[in-house]
Amino acid sequence: MLNIKNLHVAVNGKEILKGLDLDVGPGELHALMGPNGSGKSTLGYALAGRDGYEITDGSVAFEGQDLAELEPEERAAAGLFLAFQYPVEIPGVNNAYFLRAALNAQRKARGEEEVDSMTFLKTVRESIKTLKMDEALLKRAVNEGFSGGEKKRNEIVQMAVLQPKLAVLDETDSGLDIDALKLVAEGINGLRDGKRSFIVITHYQRLLDYLTPDRVHVLSDGRIVESGGQELSHRLEAEGYAFLEESAA
Amino acid sequence: MNQTVEQVNQVIQQRYKAGFYTDIESDRVRAGLDEEIIAMISAKKEEPTWMLEWRLKAFHHWQTMREPNWAHLKVPAIDLQKIHYYAAPKQKNRPKSLDEVDPKLLETFDKLGVPLHERARLAGVAVDAVFDSVSVGTTFQKELKEAGVIFCSFSEAVKDHPELVREYLGSVVPYSDNYFAALNSAVFSDGSFVYIPANTRCPMELSTYFRINARDTGQFERTLIIAEPGAEVSYLEGCTAPMRDENQLHAAVVELVARKKAKIKYSTVQNWYPGDENGKGGIYNFVTKRGDCREDDARISWTQVETGSAITWKYPSCILRGDRSAGEFYSVALTHNHQQADTGTKMIHLGKDTTSKIISKGISAGKSNNSYRGLVRIAKRAANARNYTQCDSLLIGKTCGAHTFPYIESANPTAKVEHEATTSRIGEDQLFYCRTRGLDEEDAVAMIVDGFCKEVFKELPMEFAVEAKALLEISLEGAVG
Repeated sequence: MLNIKNLHVAVNGKEILKGLDLDVGPGELHALMGPNGSGKSTLGYALAGRDGYEITDGSVAFEGQDLAELEPEERAAAGLFLAFQYPVEIPGVNNAYFLRAALNAQRKARGEEEVDSMTFLKTVRESIKTLKMDEALLKRAVNEGFSGGEKKRNEIVQMAVLQPKLAVLDETDSGLDIDALKLVAEGINGLRDGKRSFIVITHYQRLLDYLTPDRVHVLSDGRIVESGGQELSHRLEAEGYAFLEESAA
Repeated sequence: MNQTVEQVNQVIQQRYKAGFYTDIESDRVRAGLDEEIIAMISAKKEEPTWMLEWRLKAFHHWQTMREPNWAHLKVPAIDLQKIHYYAAPKQKNRPKSLDEVDPKLLETFDKLGVPLHERARLAGVAVDAVFDSVSVGTTFQKELKEAGVIFCSFSEAVKDHPELVREYLGSVVPYSDNYFAALNSAVFSDGSFVYIPANTRCPMELSTYFRINARDTGQFERTLIIAEPGAEVSYLEGCTAPMRDENQLHAAVVELVARKKAKIKYSTVQNWYPGDENGKGGIYNFVTKRGDCREDDARISWTQVETGSAITWKYPSCILRGDRSAGEFYSVALTHNHQQADTGTKMIHLGKDTTSKIISKGISAGKSNNSYRGLVRIAKRAANARNYTQCDSLLIGKTCGAHTFPYIESANPTAKVEHEATTSRIGEDQLFYCRTRGLDEEDAVAMIVDGFCKEVFKELPMEFAVEAKALLEISLEGAVG
């Protein structure tokens, strides 16, 4: 699904990712942990194609396709989704309208037929229900005046509607209370169908308790320094990142 | 090579769809501005003496005036002696009905999406079509007459309803008001006249479509709308011009009179040719629009979507004379390339408990400059007057400018005046967010701009809102990147 080899990414001329390797297979859920500033969000942005996140070396292949050659919207149409750590507000643009336009833009790019509003509303209502969100949010402007938790859940609703092949969730759990966290986890688990893959960026074990990741990676100073099963995240929870320095030394 | 030229032309056409020219024989007065020209215009229109006298008074006053220079605009010198003040498509006899109008003219308006033919007319909208200096025709005359509504060209009104014109002409915008209003008063050629009798709700939307066609011509039209006590009307105005390398002057005057409990809603979609991407050509749009809530509980609402013109100088205003009268101003002004706009409103609170609301959205792209200029004046006797102003600017790119010049003058301590202003740039983060969801850059910009303008668009009649949205999208093509 996703093959990252020796990835170097620079932002404003400063190298943030310094030779990152990561392979995510179909249906797998990988957790990415690591201290602040280690490059987790940079990886998310680089995968989604943000301007200014320059790949200086290495490669990223998504289903065999070189991601660097695609515009952000082309990556989306190819099946890549990024749930933002800080979802962006778009004043005056109706949430449901935005999501439908996005879905149809992707479908159009893939040569598929556009979804009519009835079918669309049915899908989106189901997701809203799963995440126990207020349906009125659909009529509001995209993320405008949403609480922090509502914004994060709205990202999951978008993911559910857009049905990506690979979703990168950037700290979707931060700022959520325990009930909201469970709902988000349910939303993610509901989309695990054995084919769809996930990279879950998080600081906390909490979310992973509900998600049971296939692999856990620790990112430090732009590289993956440790990989393992769920036991790794437990160890991080108990000991912090201090042991990394020991193993690095 | 030819193919390339054609492709380029196609792209340009797409950007300014109304840029074509109609090849039609024109009856034009010589260039220049003097008493003789004014007399000629008046004679061509077969006007009564009082009308000519009024024009000459305006002209003499204008001669004592100077061009205003307080706006945040760079206005190149305009040689007013080089302009033809009257140009009309040649017609043997004045057409008695739309069937007799030159098919070329009808075709022009067809192409602009304003069909005048019986079979293709816009449902529920009566249209007065003005081509250069004259009105071509007005649709739905019969239906309107049945309701007692008068909707005709200004020239017809001077002939058929002189008592109304004489009473109200210049009563809101006197000829001495400002340089361009004085010029217009001296040389105005045509425009629309609306009269809604007491306690009548106009049965359909009224609309005037202004088209400048001839070269080196100015368009100086006047619109006068009178709403008697309890009357209600919604009026729309659209404007386009061919693409030319020379600048053309458009100096209009609009006067609205709302009597007791009357309501006037005036909407404009202004799409005069804005000039090319190097700032060559385009219309100079110097317009005086003012509404007078002359009696108690009257209400006047201005909505404008301004995407065209090389230079826009325009401040649709409300005089809130009657107690509890209300004025509203909703505006979207978009400037791109080298366009300049200095636009806003004036709300003059004279009566007690008067209210006004101003929502202004300025969008600047390219190398353009966009200014909001607004005056809220509360007179001493205007107890409990209220104003709310919201003024937002959106910048696209790094070479454009947005400016806000609010003036608040309150002479009554019970007044409440609120002013909110924001300036934002279309965020790289907003664009990126939209794109990660699958929208391409142009669609993303269109969506963000549309969202920014929502509060104003919802004030427009349905068909116009759709047109306005499409117009913004076209006007912004190539703004990002």
